[in-house]
Amino acid sequence: MDMQIFGLLVQDGLASGAVYVLLALALVMVFTVTRIVFVPQGEFVTCSVLTIAAFQQGHAPGLAAPVAAAALLACGMEAAERVRQRNLAGLGARLLLLGAWPLAACAFAWFGVGAGSPAWMQTAAAVALVTAMGPLIYRTVFRPMGHASPLVLLVAAIALHFVLVALGLYVFGPEGSRLPGFELPADLLAGLPVAPQTAAVVAASAALVCVFFAFFGHTLSGKALRATAVCRDGARLVGISPDQSGELALTIAAFIGAVSGVLIGPFTTIYYDSGFLLALKGFVGAIVGGLSGYVLAAAGSLVVGLLEAFSSYGASAAKEIIVFALIVPLLLWRSLADPHSQEAQ
Amino acid sequence: MTRAWMLPAAAAAAAAGVALFASSYGVTLASFVLLYATVALGLTLMTGFAGLISFGQAAFVGIGAYAAGYLAVAHGVPGWLTLPASVALATLAAAGIGALTLSMGGHYLSLATLAWGVVVYYGLGIVAPLGGFNGLSGIPALTLFGVDFASGRSMFCLIAGGFALAFWLVRNLLDSRVGRAVRALRAGADLPEAFGAHAFRLKVAVFCTAAGLAGMAGWLYASMQRFLNPTPFGLQMSIEYLFMAVMGGVGALWGALAGAGLVVVLKQVLQDVLPALLGRSGNFEMAVFGVLMLVILARANAGLWPLLTRFARGRRLGTGAAAKAAGRPSDAIPWLAPRPRVRDVAGEVLLRVDDVEKRFGGLVAVNRVSFEVRAGEITALLGPNGAGKSTMFNLITGLLGASHGAILLRGQRIDALGARRVAARGVARTFQHVRLVADMSVLDNAALGCHLLGRNGWVRAMLRLDRREEAAIEAMALAELRRCGLDDLAQASAASLPLGKQRILEIARALCARPQLLLLDEPAAGLRHQEKQTLAALLKQLRGEGVTVLIVDHDMEFIMDIADRLVVMQFGQKIAEGEAQAVRDDPRVQQAYLGGAA
Repeated sequence: MDMQIFGLLVQDGLASGAVYVLLALALVMVFTVTRIVFVPQGEFVTCSVLTIAAFQQGHAPGLAAPVAAAALLACGMEAAERVRQRNLAGLGARLLLLGAWPLAACAFAWFGVGAGSPAWMQTAAAVALVTAMGPLIYRTVFRPMGHASPLVLLVAAIALHFVLVALGLYVFGPEGSRLPGFELPADLLAGLPVAPQTAAVVAASAALVCVFFAFFGHTLSGKALRATAVCRDGARLVGISPDQSGELALTIAAFIGAVSGVLIGPFTTIYYDSGFLLALKGFVGAIVGGLSGYVLAAAGSLVVGLLEAFSSYGASAAKEIIVFALIVPLLLWRSLADPHSQEAQ
Repeated sequence: MTRAWMLPAAAAAAAAGVALFASSYGVTLASFVLLYATVALGLTLMTGFAGLISFGQAAFVGIGAYAAGYLAVAHGVPGWLTLPASVALATLAAAGIGALTLSMGGHYLSLATLAWGVVVYYGLGIVAPLGGFNGLSGIPALTLFGVDFASGRSMFCLIAGGFALAFWLVRNLLDSRVGRAVRALRAGADLPEAFGAHAFRLKVAVFCTAAGLAGMAGWLYASMQRFLNPTPFGLQMSIEYLFMAVMGGVGALWGALAGAGLVVVLKQVLQDVLPALLGRSGNFEMAVFGVLMLVILARANAGLWPLLTRFARGRRLGTGAAAKAAGRPSDAIPWLAPRPRVRDVAGEVLLRVDDVEKRFGGLVAVNRVSFEVRAGEITALLGPNGAGKSTMFNLITGLLGASHGAILLRGQRIDALGARRVAARGVARTFQHVRLVADMSVLDNAALGCHLLGRNGWVRAMLRLDRREEAAIEAMALAELRRCGLDDLAQASAASLPLGKQRILEIARALCARPQLLLLDEPAAGLRHQEKQTLAALLKQLRGEGVTVLIVDHDMEFIMDIADRLVVMQFGQKIAEGEAQAVRDDPRVQQAYLGGAA
């Protein structure tokens, strides 16, 4: 391996690692706030890529119909619950939040965007549509489970994963899609041995990570999420609703997943079922941080990206094996570093 | 014929009917149901009884299947001889994964099995001697004494036999000394630990047992299909096994069979109906299963099996031996005979807490406390909320280690031993928030306390070689229940008792351990007046019988009625110790309790 190949592999690893970082942060956030190990995180990525591809190929955005249906279901569940509790105060606002926004995203995707629309509009419509999936999933699937244990929530997340994969197959079909590269000025980074596409992905990922931390550090909603993560009951006592925190966490996770799709789309062909392996690689990173530390999770994800790049050069058939087999030494390390994690449950 | 035999008999009759009269399609379908049910049985044991979840059972099936296939094809090993290899390899793999992950929270095991399922699937696909993704073909049919197991019907009989064996083994296991400890895991690992069981080893053993069953199912699969490729051992199949266990209902072993039948039949139907309905081909049935799962989880339904048995209540695990055993003296088994123990001299110091301190970071929860518990007396550790009583309790039971000082039982140090070894030294406890295994009988809950007295382990339990000891243990548990006045309720489920009786059951369970020292953690909390009086009468009776008791509580009235000696703590420090009446008249104690108004 000479320096040139080494450099290429590092770039490759950093580009995919940058996307795994985003997925890992989303997984850690959802887990700490809701105790859900959110396996379907990768489905946000595939839905976003395949929706953009559908726009480009002049197809209708098939995702709009199930999102609209889920929005109506969520509104129905919310209304039924409120009527049963005889608590109609603020119901209108809740229905607007759960119903109007996703339906608006659906209408925008369905009527406002087509094959001829500019790329940014196609991307924005896809991201809006996928982001709308987050709160709807929380409202229809996880909230009815109330105070279920992390294990039950994990089983539910996996069941949901299979539902979403089958939905993806129905909506997008079995064909894979790869997005065209970003349109960047030709002379960007001229003279540097760095591919502009890679630099764009890393920069975008870094920017999103900064926004993520700024949100958690400096906004009231972000602080509410952090409070919920530290102690659900305590957060409830000071007026933070764990359910609204859950919805917000899944909204952010869906948004991050959609953006990750935009970033990874030009690098690899995405099929309806590609999301699982992507999310699992984010997990390997997240487990480095014990599913609770953001910085360690991000570092772990970069390592996963690099490891994957180098193993696809050295032993491409065993690429997936190497990455996932990494979990065992990682767990061993976690169990030595954190022997009392069981008591924390 | 008793009712307990009706289900197995009906199942055997149904299997015979399938083997003799079903079409070959029906026989194949039934073979798959039983094969999958064998795997799901392991998951039911893990999930329903030990509270563990695996997302990688299909990988263990794959390990078993490929071990059989590879040995037969590459080395010509006769099919029957590959069975031990299949089971052993799957069990070993589980032991490795379990040892690494089971000491952590439940979802770590699940994530590890998820990742390992993926690793095994891709691994099987790239290893050339195993045929890669093209598969491994030409596995010879099993033959035994000239009988050829090439036909679907003969394989069905073998698979049915395999399921019956698996069912028998798991059922025996749950109805045993180790089985009770396994079932106690769901109430938290410190419950079995408090009675001397090694929670971590129990979890590993449960995981290995489930994997061994999966390995056996893999061996059967290889013998039936005689062709292997990685597809049926991937993640999706692992999830289908889990769906079977959950849909059937993880609270009962028959649920595995019900769930496997439901999933196999439903899948056949959906694979015919859905593509026509949706106008696309693909495995959309997983979406239907997924939605079904979500509905079951959200509604907290216990799956299909409880629905089927709604009209046939009253059958439970682990009730058989008790009636027969009642009255049989426990010293029929030498090691169950009463311990030749040091005779207590009344008033002798049994437990000495010597200058003990416990810090949590900067907080001193227990500050240099010393006191004694004397044999044959009821000593009470009193104090207002936050006085450090619970910390003291956890220090004595070994849940916490002291920062300074020593705790001695009969002159031997027991601090820093850990809960399990403290229990082995003869300290038995009750829990402040009642910890009973809700779906076990009162008798079985009490018998959990006998754990350290028994000797039979995992394998003997599975093979039902433990009956003599089990009968003796049940007789002992029944005797302790009688002592506490609960013998009429021995067969009731623990969850059906009112709180007062649940607390007394906890005391009976602790007495089953034949403790030198009985530790009670706020036994009167939440009890009604009548229940408190019953409890007080029981404790006085036990004192009369020579039992030494240390009670931690803050209920002055209840304690004054029964305690011989009091130790009073406040803000982590001991403020008084001595005869009950004298301590109550101590002005500092009155100030601690009444805020100085008295």
